[in-house]
Amino acid sequence: MMRKLLVTSLLAAGLLQGAALQAETVRWSRSSDAATLDPHSVNTGTNINISHQLYEPLVLRDIAGKLIPALATSWALTPDPTVWEFKLRRGVKFHDGSLLTADDVVFSLDRARAPSSGMKALLASVAEVRKVDPFTVQVKTKGPNLIFPDNLVNIFVVNAAWAKANKSEAPQDEKGKEENHFTRNENGTGPFQLVSREQDSRTVFKQFPGYWGRGQFPLQVTELVFVPIKSPATRVAALLSGEVDFLQDVPVPDIARLKEDKKLRVNQGPENRTIFLGLNVGPDPLKYSDVQGKNPLADPKVREAFNLAIDRDAIQKAVMRGLSAPTGIIAPPFVHGYEKAFDTYPKANAAQAKKLLAEAGYPNGFGITLHCPNDRYVNDEAICTALSSFLGRIGVKATVAARPIALHSAAINAADTDFYLFGWGVPTFDSAYVFDYLVHTRGKDGRGPTNATRYSNPALDAQIAGLSSESDKAKRDKAIHDIWSTVQKERIYLALHNQVLDYAMVRKLDIPVDPMNYTFFKNATVGNK
Amino acid sequence: MFAHLLRRLGQSVLVLLAVSLVSFMVFRHIGDPTISLLGEDASLEDRQALVSRLGFDQPVPVQYLHYVGNVLQGEFGISYRLKRPVTEVLAERLPATLELALVASLVAVLGGVALGVYTAIRREGWFSRALMTVSLIGVSLPTFLIGIGLIYLFAVELRWLPSFGRGETVKIGGWTTGLLTASGWASLVLPVCTLALFKLTLIMRLVRAEMLEALRTDYVRFARARGLPERRIHYGHALRNTLIPVVTIAGLQIGSLIAFAIVTETVFQWPGVGLLFISSIQSVDVPVIAAYLLLIAVLYVCINFVVDLVYLLVDPRLRRA
Repeated sequence: MMRKLLVTSLLAAGLLQGAALQAETVRWSRSSDAATLDPHSVNTGTNINISHQLYEPLVLRDIAGKLIPALATSWALTPDPTVWEFKLRRGVKFHDGSLLTADDVVFSLDRARAPSSGMKALLASVAEVRKVDPFTVQVKTKGPNLIFPDNLVNIFVVNAAWAKANKSEAPQDEKGKEENHFTRNENGTGPFQLVSREQDSRTVFKQFPGYWGRGQFPLQVTELVFVPIKSPATRVAALLSGEVDFLQDVPVPDIARLKEDKKLRVNQGPENRTIFLGLNVGPDPLKYSDVQGKNPLADPKVREAFNLAIDRDAIQKAVMRGLSAPTGIIAPPFVHGYEKAFDTYPKANAAQAKKLLAEAGYPNGFGITLHCPNDRYVNDEAICTALSSFLGRIGVKATVAARPIALHSAAINAADTDFYLFGWGVPTFDSAYVFDYLVHTRGKDGRGPTNATRYSNPALDAQIAGLSSESDKAKRDKAIHDIWSTVQKERIYLALHNQVLDYAMVRKLDIPVDPMNYTFFKNATVGNK
Repeated sequence: MFAHLLRRLGQSVLVLLAVSLVSFMVFRHIGDPTISLLGEDASLEDRQALVSRLGFDQPVPVQYLHYVGNVLQGEFGISYRLKRPVTEVLAERLPATLELALVASLVAVLGGVALGVYTAIRREGWFSRALMTVSLIGVSLPTFLIGIGLIYLFAVELRWLPSFGRGETVKIGGWTTGLLTASGWASLVLPVCTLALFKLTLIMRLVRAEMLEALRTDYVRFARARGLPERRIHYGHALRNTLIPVVTIAGLQIGSLIAFAIVTETVFQWPGVGLLFISSIQSVDVPVIAAYLLLIAVLYVCINFVVDLVYLLVDPRLRRA
């Protein structure tokens, strides 16, 4: 009797162990929670990252930045250069069991274009989305748009019937009184489905048994528990104490220490985000400077002097502790149109910078405020402090005014700054995005919203506007090259560095770093400790 | 006495109006809500459209009157960030904060009074001296440092207690409680210690000072001369007479426990209203910030009201007045 009991319990223990090997739970933490589960509501990294587990777009990007099929198996421009055609994957199931058809895709793209959608800017060029047959969708754009599919990597496909049944045809607007069904529920096609959600506390996902990609992706993570932890020290403590398996948003000062821990793995990779300085080059006098009645930054010599004063290598070494890639161009290397020849920066040379300043009529320098965010980029405020001392060497007294990004961004959008630190990522991986937002004259034809430099060059504006309707790839590439040449020559921005991303995790996990900082747990591999 | 209470009530309404007005004037300076609503890469036209949809382009007094009007109808609006009704979000988060503050207040008041009395009676004992020295740390170290220190000791090094979160919770009606599960209590220990330490040492030092004062008074000396037992002198006479300032301070401290739980909640990722408030500030979620500030003001007003009532219980002279 005793023996039989012993055998059964041993067997049970064995079974349990077997099950434990199969079921892999990953507890994942980062600094903030998604605001909502609605994939069309807000265009922020955290939200999109969560949506990538539950939902899928038509096309995705691999780690190298290349477009790869997701819910669309192929896509091509039709003979009409304003119409793109997408062939949909067959046999894709939503989490409620229904099958994906062209109706869902048409509905989703329209929902993402709704006035209350946070993603509508990405689809601004769309004129009409139409179904051709149950597995073919065409998108007509307002003009030829060669890079339209690049805009789709974060436009998620939802279930049309489910959305209509729950009266959530459009994303939540700020005035509505009823909560949108998408805010806390989901019915996507993604590799994971929602089990439970407590805002700012924990969100549990489990692998979707009916996922179309079974056999194509590792899918080794069976359960995913997302636990956001705001405080950086606590986040690291939770990884060290074994309460968390995977950490995104690793605090920079802790990286060296985490790398030495034998139980952990730290993966590193380039991030799609360049940090740079913007200068008010416009003709009007500066507002935040002690120079009265004129604008020293309008003089290219002064801009060049600033460029020479900044020691980018020292910033990389001393401020960023090696975790950055100094650069001379405001776009990371994987962006289409980037050229190595543009990516050069001078060695810091204070003597020559001082000479240029004197030639420009400022032998004793001048005073200016350097506006800086303090909660947005890696070591943002510390970078500004370093910049201030570099400029001090050539007699320019740069006073650092650091503030939260909510205030900083508002000032940049209102062009209420003369000298500022800013960062920009390129979600389309194409130079046109950089030109549209940062180079084009501010606030003309819906372009240039974040260009606070007051730079305005009608000829360049025409070239930039031409990019979005050019249907010949060679001509377009040539235009991009020409625009970059002008931008680099004019020095309206001084590029500093590209950010580097670090993920820390327990040894048995291996999650590669994605340049856009999206983690795809379907691709994660789990080894044996 | 009734007139006294009525007057307090009238003052409370004024306080609430003042708080809401001040918070409204501050909103102008915490940033642009369209950044978090539309992302960094929205066009200026979209931003402008949203600003006028939200009514931010109207003068502050108009916005304020509009808001007060809505609040009087019980309408607090929709959270910009979370896209859910503000009242629902706050109601969901409030239990976590109240449980944390309640347990921390109990620890602070009971522990503070007990240790204060002990250190006053055994003034020269080595344990009292040790307590007084340790209490200096409690009043001088910032909360977040204590929290991080506790996390590293008890979660990372010893691995006895969780470093973040609230553990498993049980839902009773609309109230989620962590007080019914073992992991809930385990999760409470570190945040409660962090939150209560400062208040506990403050109350302890206050009680000690007041007790020492009382023990020097004539009535205590007479009581001793009459041969009353020490126990009765200490607890029946001296302690009772020290309680008025202690009740005042403790009341205010409980209010600040709820308000200042923000730091503790952030360090421990405690899913209460404080953590919600911090996230809301970062994303300029005006409806949530406004409602939170009002809620804290209401709590303060209520606590002060209760403190007034407790005075009446403690001090018979006030009852006659």
